[in-house]
Amino acid sequence: MELKTLLTSMVIIGFSAGLVSAQADATLAVEGEVISTSASAPAFAENLDTVYSGWRFRKLETRSLQLDDFDNPAFVFVDKGIDLFEKVDGTEGKACASCHEDVEDFAGLRPKMPRVEDGTLVTMENLVNECRTERMGAEPWKYSGGQMTAVTALIGLQSRGMSVNVAFDGDAAPFFERGQELYYQRVGQLDMSCSNCHEDNYGVMIRADHLSQGQINGFPTYRLKNAKLNSAHARFKGCMKNIRATPYKEGGDEFKALELYLAARGNGLSVETPSVRN
Amino acid sequence: MKKIFMITAVSVLSVTTAFADTAPSDVVFSDGAVMASLTTVSGDAAAGRDIFKNRKLGNCLACHMNDDMPKQQFHGEVGPPLTGVGGRWEEAELRGIVTNAKMMFEGTIMPGFYIDSGYERPLKKFDGKSILSAQQLEDVVAYLLTLKD
Ligand code: HEC
Ligand code: HEC
Repeated sequence: MELKTLLTSMVIIGFSAGLVSAQADATLAVEGEVISTSASAPAFAENLDTVYSGWRFRKLETRSLQLDDFDNPAFVFVDKGIDLFEKVDGTEGKACASCHEDVEDFAGLRPKMPRVEDGTLVTMENLVNECRTERMGAEPWKYSGGQMTAVTALIGLQSRGMSVNVAFDGDAAPFFERGQELYYQRVGQLDMSCSNCHEDNYGVMIRADHLSQGQINGFPTYRLKNAKLNSAHARFKGCMKNIRATPYKEGGDEFKALELYLAARGNGLSVETPSVRN
Repeated sequence: MKKIFMITAVSVLSVTTAFADTAPSDVVFSDGAVMASLTTVSGDAAAGRDIFKNRKLGNCLACHMNDDMPKQQFHGEVGPPLTGVGGRWEEAELRGIVTNAKMMFEGTIMPGFYIDSGYERPLKKFDGKSILSAQQLEDVVAYLLTLKD
């Protein structure tokens, strides 16, 4: 398997350093091709004009780690993902690669996830585990575990630079609405909603953290804080614990609905997987 | 019979409350302010200063800049700077704001620091508890009153 994307190099054009009270005015480009870190907000996000990738809110040092895949610490895990993709596992004697010869064939999948199949909302993690249990006769991977995030990062990377374009109408509508409800619901002893921080206050500092819009176009994301890849659901869980709320279950209906809603909020942003954050 | 029982209960209670704190659900607000101290011990401004910056207690600095703490590296910007706040608000108003800011500022992001019920899905270890104790709340109020321009 050849990963030409491993050799891409990215450059920042026209960044302005030291901006703390707003998202950085910066452009992220891959091999000269601009990756959109902003887009006009979808109509349903009434309180936003523009959506911004979390990359824009990070410090210059953190942003620059994403400019070159040799510097990007997430690629150690993407490499593990390549090994796992090719590794035979389970009673059927198959690897992912037995059925999916070239991982590049997954280009275009990430921007459409999560999606509804036969009335069920399905995430990338669900797709991976369905292959493992149904087609490989292998044990499912832990939802946000290291094997899962390595492979979802590898698959997501194939769509890097493509615009997020998740469907949220038709049979996705009820899930979208549930996600929207959860986004605005105040929870925890601190009694806050996602929107309190990521819609009402993005661009300002909350103690040492520069608040972003909480977009998920870069997931799974490498965090300097824990030096590994993190799933979107693990991030939701972390934010809920910070406001002293009991998190919903990773891979459960609530977080899947929230993921769909957030993906739709970021429609038009580029897939940035695997991104680097702090 | 019931009435007599209640009267004795109340008189027993009034003896104990002379030394006890006002429970979160018993706090009386008027126009977002709380006139009566929640405790019988006056607030300790120095203790309040620690609570203000402590991430596990008030963590007020997460959202508010405060020129009184130049040594603290990170000051938040979510709420207004609290420099000089003791000159802008009365004691009762400050007590009301910190106890339950939603009574003063409708729909605010600022948490209520002396509320022990009514929030959704709290982590188990915080269930039925307020962020600060009555005494800690009075300490913070005493500290805020020292912040004058
Ligand atoms: C008290 C404030 C606060 C609340 C409430 C909050 N978050 Fe966050 N969130 C943060 C901070 C701080 C970060 C790290 C800096 C950043 O990216 O904003 C973060 C990061 C994120 C990220 C990562 C963004 C990226 O680019 O990597 C996502 C996704 C996210 N939050 C989603 C949520 C969701 C969903 C909820 C509600 C369940 C929520 N947050 C509630 C403070 C909050
Ligand atoms: C998560 C954010 C947040 C935290 C934490 C927070 N506040 Fe606030 N605070 C606000 C916001 C926002 C306002 C402005 C009211 C509004 O419009 O919502 C405010 C207003 C105030 C005011 C009125 C200020 C003025 O000049 O009008 C005081 C006093 C205050 N806060 C004190 C505190 C204290 C003391 C603590 C900690 C014990 C604290 N706050 C914690 C967000 C916060």
